[in-house]
Amino acid sequence: MNYSATLLASLLLAGSLPALAEDVQHGENLYTIYCTQCHGVTGNGDGVNVPAMSVQPRNHRDQGEMSARTDAELFKAVKEGGKSINKSVLMPPWGGNLSDDDIHALVRYMRQLCCQSGG
Amino acid sequence: MRLKLLAGLVLTAGLFQPFPGALADTGQWLQSECGSCHALEQPDYPALGHAERLTRKGPPLYYAGNKFHAGWLESWLQDPVRIRPAGVFPPGAVVPSEEGDVIDPAKLEEHPALDASQAKMAADYLMELRPHDELIAATAYTPGAIASRMGELNFTKFNGCDACHSDGPGYGGLSGPELYTAWQRLQPGFIASFIADPAAWDPHTLMPKTGLNDSAVERLANYLKLIGEQAP
Repeated sequence: MNYSATLLASLLLAGSLPALAEDVQHGENLYTIYCTQCHGVTGNGDGVNVPAMSVQPRNHRDQGEMSARTDAELFKAVKEGGKSINKSVLMPPWGGNLSDDDIHALVRYMRQLCCQSGG
Repeated sequence: MRLKLLAGLVLTAGLFQPFPGALADTGQWLQSECGSCHALEQPDYPALGHAERLTRKGPPLYYAGNKFHAGWLESWLQDPVRIRPAGVFPPGAVVPSEEGDVIDPAKLEEHPALDASQAKMAADYLMELRPHDELIAATAYTPGAIASRMGELNFTKFNGCDACHSDGPGYGGLSGPELYTAWQRLQPGFIASFIADPAAWDPHTLMPKTGLNDSAVERLANYLKLIGEQAP
């Protein structure tokens, strides 16, 4: 069971749906603040910086692409940057700005973007 | 001093409001006129959480004295040209389109212009705000030279700064402030310290802390010096 599923199961068992909603909102806020400039305000990879970029940012609404990545890989890419998973240096490491809990919330939000919102 | 301040502000024209006589000093005046967009005291970032960044309207100014060149600040306040193409919070000014996300100019706010006396008073006050002298003192950076091609490679290919920042008019990303004017605006020690650890200055900055060593920071800072000295 991956981290997101574990958390969801824990929250459901604990009857903590308000906490789940709060966690999703936190992830969405972080995504809006830190990710949309490149990954797009809708998460489709068409952010405002894209015309200046040599590599197209990942489309987080693409279920096929996102399904090929584990939560651990997404976490590593966010925390340590694209180079850490042999991807572009244009994806910076956010581990110096965000806590591990923040990054887990981001990963859960990315999962929602790709696979639970009709994307 | 109070009379001089009042006299200067009574002459105010344009969007910036005249100095209300009931206020006691420049700090109160700035808080009244600027405080709704700019933090003039360090916010309680942990208590506010990331919601602070979602609602921020202007860059924090409580460390302005550690950041800006005084002359540039005084001049800019009188002629506030845009430095951040997408505003201080890009997601608030960007909309999706068929060609990808674009900046909606209608969502960008203009900064009011101050007259010369207001600008001098504001800059004099802001330059006294130096809560991070220790960060500047800890910076080993000494400005130097770098070859243009090597500087550009460091800025683009090796570090990806151009994804968010422009190193020349029309070149580079739009979400971050333009950097071909950074050397004119910012103190060298601030540039180096901010590149090395931006979150130490602003816990909610959109600039990532990438773990660069002193040499790498120096190369980037020297490139900003190079392009800044060439900028119009």
